[in-house]
Amino acid sequence: MDPLHLPQKCSRFLGTLTTAPKNLQFFGGSTLSLRGSGKGKKSVFVLITLIMAVLVFFQISSASTGSQEIQAISDSATTWWIWPLVLFIVTFVLGIVAVLGGVGGGVLFVPIIGGFFPFNLDFVRGAGLLVALSGALAAGPGLLKRGMADLRLALPVALIASSAAIVGAMIGLALPKNVVNVALGLTILGIVAIMLMAKKSEFPEVPKADVLSTALRINGIYYEASTGQEIPWKIHRTPQGLALFIIIGVMAGMFGLGAGWANVPVLNLLMGAPLKVSVATSKFLLSITDTSAAWVYINNGAVLPMMVVPSIVGIMLGSIVGVKILAKARPAAIKYVVIGLLLFSGLRALLKGLAIWN
Amino acid sequence: MAKEIKVTEEQLIYAKVLDLGMKIGLLSLIISFIIYLTGILDPFIPVKDLPKYWGLSVHQYLEATGIKPGWTWLRVLDKGDFLNFLGIAFLAGVTIVCYLAVIPIFIRKKDWTYTIIAILEVLVLLLAASGILKIGGH
Repeated sequence: MDPLHLPQKCSRFLGTLTTAPKNLQFFGGSTLSLRGSGKGKKSVFVLITLIMAVLVFFQISSASTGSQEIQAISDSATTWWIWPLVLFIVTFVLGIVAVLGGVGGGVLFVPIIGGFFPFNLDFVRGAGLLVALSGALAAGPGLLKRGMADLRLALPVALIASSAAIVGAMIGLALPKNVVNVALGLTILGIVAIMLMAKKSEFPEVPKADVLSTALRINGIYYEASTGQEIPWKIHRTPQGLALFIIIGVMAGMFGLGAGWANVPVLNLLMGAPLKVSVATSKFLLSITDTSAAWVYINNGAVLPMMVVPSIVGIMLGSIVGVKILAKARPAAIKYVVIGLLLFSGLRALLKGLAIWN
Repeated sequence: MAKEIKVTEEQLIYAKVLDLGMKIGLLSLIISFIIYLTGILDPFIPVKDLPKYWGLSVHQYLEATGIKPGWTWLRVLDKGDFLNFLGIAFLAGVTIVCYLAVIPIFIRKKDWTYTIIAILEVLVLLLAASGILKIGGH
């Protein structure tokens, strides 16, 4: 594959996600999703089976073979390539699931790879940040050029979130692994709760822009392709929103998750940006927030190219395939696949941290 | 025909720089990884030894391999594994270049608030990239 073609495709496909109403997802988007065809449902179950089978296989292998045997397998000169290859395959599948489920790849990557692969969580979080960063960098130009993401909205938020992400990354690398696992597990379970309960608002009502957003001139117009309307927007509750981005930034840096799961509700529900502007600006925002945290991981040695490159390429190729599937149908059950995967891997991280399921 | 919304000059410039930087970064990452995999340049850590290290915490890994963190990888770019850090650093650095490209536009427009925000962001990202921020072992 022409490598230059890859980001263009991703950019176009990811751009499509935010411009076509039927494709726009917000935590699984129960009201926007298409009803799945029989074929679509079958694909979902194949996907679930595939992912679960791979994960369970790893766990059974670990449980049934002694740690010395695993060490021997791991040390074998002939089998070193198996894990990067499996990583590539799993991230490819995750790329498909992420697009169909309307979530970022990073939020699935860290708990699943951290919970079921032999890689240390330090390297998984470093790779997770770079995976989320690459996705955001690929999507950013298209979103900005189309006016979906808004630079004036993103810049103040990014300053706060990226500063906080540095702190989060430093905390994450300094804490003992079991503490990080427990916190990660609880966070993932929290994300599941948000996905199940959070509402969304296409065009939130903002009676009056607040003083800060007025001073910063954060407002805009975007073109709604489905209705052919130009929609002016403004925001409110800016100080509260910015304060929440401190917490979001810390969590993004600490767990390497990306932060779309938190960015979108704050921008949309709290600050009142239209849903599409929130989704697009959130995606672009990750390219800045994750940059600062990624540098902390890079400079502290927590980046292994043998993990990072297969993951980035796998998830990007998976995203391309996911968008092709999405163009035909979005099986309604995919939301529950994502929730199921997060629940499973969140519990795994929590129990691992508590030394109940090692 | 799809209607275009006019975006600001700085937003367009940011998008163009980001687009170019992201493509260069991703391309160099893929090329360097091919060089790494094919063994054209010997890696610092032999690939068959990687499984001994990837399960260790980053502090144990650095200790066991003798790798110095920070920007020391620049001195060992003749090693296949460290060559990949060129692409990784490029991807992680492109945002700084985007900000540097839009600061003059904010200044020309006398948009002082956003000039300051953009300069502060560059400083934050440079601090993160500098390697000054070290983390103790656990």
